[in-house]
Amino acid sequence: MHFMLLFSRQGKLRLQKWYVAHPDKVKKKITRELITTILARKPKMCSFLEWKELKIVYKRYASLYFCCAIEQNDNELLTLEIIHRYVELLDKYFGSVCELDIIFNFEKAYFILDELLLGGEIQETSKKNVLKAISAQDLLQEEEAVEGALKEIGLL
Amino acid sequence: MPAVRGDGMRGLAVFISDIRNCKSKEAEIKRINKELANIRSKFKGDKTLDGYQKKKYVCKLLFIFLLGHDIDFGHMEAVNLLSSNKYSEKQIGYLFISVLVNTNSDLIKLINQSIKNDLQSRNSIHVNLAMQCIANIGSRDMAEAFGYDIPKLLVSGDTMDVVKQSAALCFLRLLRTNPDVIPIDSNGASEWTSRIVHLLNDQHLGVVTAAVSLIDALVKRNPKEYKACVSFAVSRLSRIVTASYTDLQDYTYYFVPAPWLSVKLLRLLQNYSTPEDAGVRVRLNECLEAILNKAQDAPKSKKVQHSNAKNAVLFEAISLIIHNDSEPNLLVRACNQLGQFLSNRETNLRYLALESMCLLANSEFSHEAVKKHQEVVILSMKMEKDVSVRQQAVDLLYAMCDKSNSEEIVQEMLNYLETADYSIREEMVLKVAILAEKYATDYTWYVDVILNLIRIAGDYVSEEVWYRVIQIVINRDDVQGYAAKTVFEALQAPACHENMVKVGGYILGEFGNLIAGDTRSAPNVQFQLLHSKYHLCSPMTRALLLSTYVKFINLFPEVKTTIQEILKQDSNLRSADAELQQRASEYLQLSKIVSTDVLATVLEEMPSFPERESSILAVLKKKKPGRVPETETLENHSLQPSPINHQNNHVNNHTNSNSNSADLLGLSTPVASTTHTSNANVLVDVLGDLYGGGVSTGSNSLNASQNNYNPKKFICKNNGVLFESELIQVGVKCEFKRNLGRLGLFYGNKTTIPLQNFSTVLSSPHLWVTKLAIQIKPIEPILEAGAQIQQLAIIECVEEYTDTPVINVSFVYNGVPQNVSVKLPVTLNKFFEPTEMNSESFFARWKNLGSNHDPQKSQKIFKASQPMDQVSTRTKLSGFGMQLLDGIDPNPDNFVCAGIVHTKTQQIGCLLRLEPNKQAQMYRLTVRSSKEPVSIEICDLLADQF
Repeated sequence: MHFMLLFSRQGKLRLQKWYVAHPDKVKKKITRELITTILARKPKMCSFLEWKELKIVYKRYASLYFCCAIEQNDNELLTLEIIHRYVELLDKYFGSVCELDIIFNFEKAYFILDELLLGGEIQETSKKNVLKAISAQDLLQEEEAVEGALKEIGLL
Repeated sequence: MPAVRGDGMRGLAVFISDIRNCKSKEAEIKRINKELANIRSKFKGDKTLDGYQKKKYVCKLLFIFLLGHDIDFGHMEAVNLLSSNKYSEKQIGYLFISVLVNTNSDLIKLINQSIKNDLQSRNSIHVNLAMQCIANIGSRDMAEAFGYDIPKLLVSGDTMDVVKQSAALCFLRLLRTNPDVIPIDSNGASEWTSRIVHLLNDQHLGVVTAAVSLIDALVKRNPKEYKACVSFAVSRLSRIVTASYTDLQDYTYYFVPAPWLSVKLLRLLQNYSTPEDAGVRVRLNECLEAILNKAQDAPKSKKVQHSNAKNAVLFEAISLIIHNDSEPNLLVRACNQLGQFLSNRETNLRYLALESMCLLANSEFSHEAVKKHQEVVILSMKMEKDVSVRQQAVDLLYAMCDKSNSEEIVQEMLNYLETADYSIREEMVLKVAILAEKYATDYTWYVDVILNLIRIAGDYVSEEVWYRVIQIVINRDDVQGYAAKTVFEALQAPACHENMVKVGGYILGEFGNLIAGDTRSAPNVQFQLLHSKYHLCSPMTRALLLSTYVKFINLFPEVKTTIQEILKQDSNLRSADAELQQRASEYLQLSKIVSTDVLATVLEEMPSFPERESSILAVLKKKKPGRVPETETLENHSLQPSPINHQNNHVNNHTNSNSNSADLLGLSTPVASTTHTSNANVLVDVLGDLYGGGVSTGSNSLNASQNNYNPKKFICKNNGVLFESELIQVGVKCEFKRNLGRLGLFYGNKTTIPLQNFSTVLSSPHLWVTKLAIQIKPIEPILEAGAQIQQLAIIECVEEYTDTPVINVSFVYNGVPQNVSVKLPVTLNKFFEPTEMNSESFFARWKNLGSNHDPQKSQKIFKASQPMDQVSTRTKLSGFGMQLLDGIDPNPDNFVCAGIVHTKTQQIGCLLRLEPNKQAQMYRLTVRSSKEPVSIEICDLLADQF
């Protein structure tokens, strides 16, 4: 996978993840171009489109569009399911996820994505295992927070 | 504001809310600038910030960046966070760096140090965090810094599964950045190979999934080294396919067992051809059959996720079946399965089915099976709501077209073209033009199709397409009359496309005489019809029409005065366009001054175009690289001139038939002023000047860029381009002295991406061991975009030989391996040392070296393939390497040469005599030397040069 973009129906970019290095200018241009192209497409149209040397696979969930760029011979249907798995993970983590969750907790959205995909390739397809990794991270943070609080009131 | 889990940052949430509450873009920018100023002062202030505050501000900066604003500070603070002992702070530091630091930042050294520390942590969460950062940035520095640690983590026995997964993909990323990251010996082998391949057998499916991606990339680099993975992959696949969906627990996705792993294994196998081992092959075929069988089972869930995952595996299996292209039974089953999808409710499936079928259509086993679905595909082209699906249908129709259905498919495509989307018209036009040419048995049909194309989609008919129809009409006598009649009719439409005027103008100029007998298309009528379009056309078309007019003067003397009047008009003779002005004045002079004989010769019918690959096909290949099968070439019959064709060489023809015109071209006639002479050149090459290469040269250069490799060219010269394709150019410069030669080979990358795994190797070296000592210097494995590298080869001639060595150049372009074989310009004659001698000693040796029946002599009599010109023959002979001896042969037309072939072991004296016979257009070449094989080889080498 070359990159993944999340954007709203209003065309606002909510998350971007690049697995191939591009200068910022190029990233902005690609993003703008794809958002316009995809927003112009009708609901019943097919989820794949050829774009330059790449293939774009996209799907809309409520007000959010998830869009991935893959290589010509990558598997399109399974890319749709990578998107779905990501949505499921977000949903499980935030508890029926909505766009606001991703706006306010964008860093979490990145952390979850990093557990699912690494370097543009699927790392862990098991929902259970990804969530386990994320909660292990959260646990570490909470311990640190408690430790900090105890220190503050002089108990540690 | 939604609840925040873990360790929330209130300040950040407040800031995000503020931004969201901004009513206008301006307000938002104002709020952001305020925040940036605040953060900047905090970072600069003397009060030391604690970790939490740093984390909060870095996170705010990140958010601002993600809104699309530029961030030019905070990097250092983020790097500081990396060494925090709090995980939450470290994590934010890494996130900021992954998103904002580009690969060539000066901070990389500091970052790498932190990563190094975290990789050594005992906590796997920290190790993974560090690896995620490497995988996200993946710079060359990182590849150098961690190229050893990461694979070690991957194969070491005590690494945890989660770490192994990250390590596999992290390593893959480094490998993409720097292919040399894995140390290999000269055979391409590595100490890691076996352990990495064995990961396919790992207990943990997550580890296997991550490892397959890595192995796929390694295999692409070095298929031989990793060949063992085939049987591992097949047995793993077989275990998944036969598993029930409950066996694999959480790796079952909506009742489909391990779809990601299955797809990756199927992709991995597509790097190899059908397994050689019979057992493995049978097992693989069983898997593929099982997958095809499952497609027929009732769905276990109505959810789209279930069908997507199941079909993803099915499509990948079909890709593998097509790739192997060896099991007719599976190919036909695959085709039937795809046929079912063509009428599926899901647009996505219809799209993919059309796409896969395209590949099936190119296999000889399934081509016929694909054709059964023609009607549905035509319907898809016409009825699909989504242009991307319609485009796939067009592609498939193109691929499934053959002699039996070409008329129908071309007709349907023409019909559809009238309403087709603008975005796909140009490509459709190319496709129709190619199909019509490729499958034409009746060329009137071809002409009709192309004229229809111009009529329906004139704007999308590129130069190549209309050049091509002209080439074909010129090369085929049987269709010229029909073409003239048809363009004449087409031009009568009140509004016709400029491209039609171009084709019409050209064809009538050449063949208008064939229809001039009919009063309805009498010369004057033809002329008036063309001229009625003249004022509506661009200068380029007008220039073409002016050439047509001067040809009319030759064909139809009755319109001469009318045309002269037109040429005299101010709008032409004094046109603001220099080209028009020049043509008008030159054509006018030509029509006034020269005799009708001269005019007739100058304006002779165009000679046949040389046979060549269709230039249109080249355009299509350029448009869709990789989507037009490489093997596809137009069948030759369409290009061969028909039997009763006109003269082959225009210029030659002048020389033979008309001394007057020969003078005109020979630049010395008193009649023709200098303008006329240059003019005559223009006329011979009709469009040559105007289009900077026009009809003939324009398409030729495209053709040349395909493959113009002709080793014979290098027999008499040492420098030049050996080979050229769209991807690379191979040039050579060489010098020889006695039995030694030095070759500089130059490889140029013509593409915009680097060519990977670039290597060159002498083919069949064993053949050369005793003949030539060849040393080829090593070369860099990467040829950067647009770059050129040089390779040096030293060659020593050990003993006499025939033919010439070949090197194989291989590289990977865009993931696809490419191979090119290039003959080196090292023929035996390169080792000649020229020898001077006088007439006496020449004839003494000549006699000495052989009477008529002597085996040491070789003789060939052959027809001239080029004009018999003394100067060029002399140039060639001196280029050949022997000494050209003047004043020795009693007949001054003959050429004699002498030279010594130097080998390591001996010197072989060699004499040569070339006797041209102009009347018969023949040569006789005699070579005598002290060794028979040398005489034969030298004679063979030289014989094709004249």
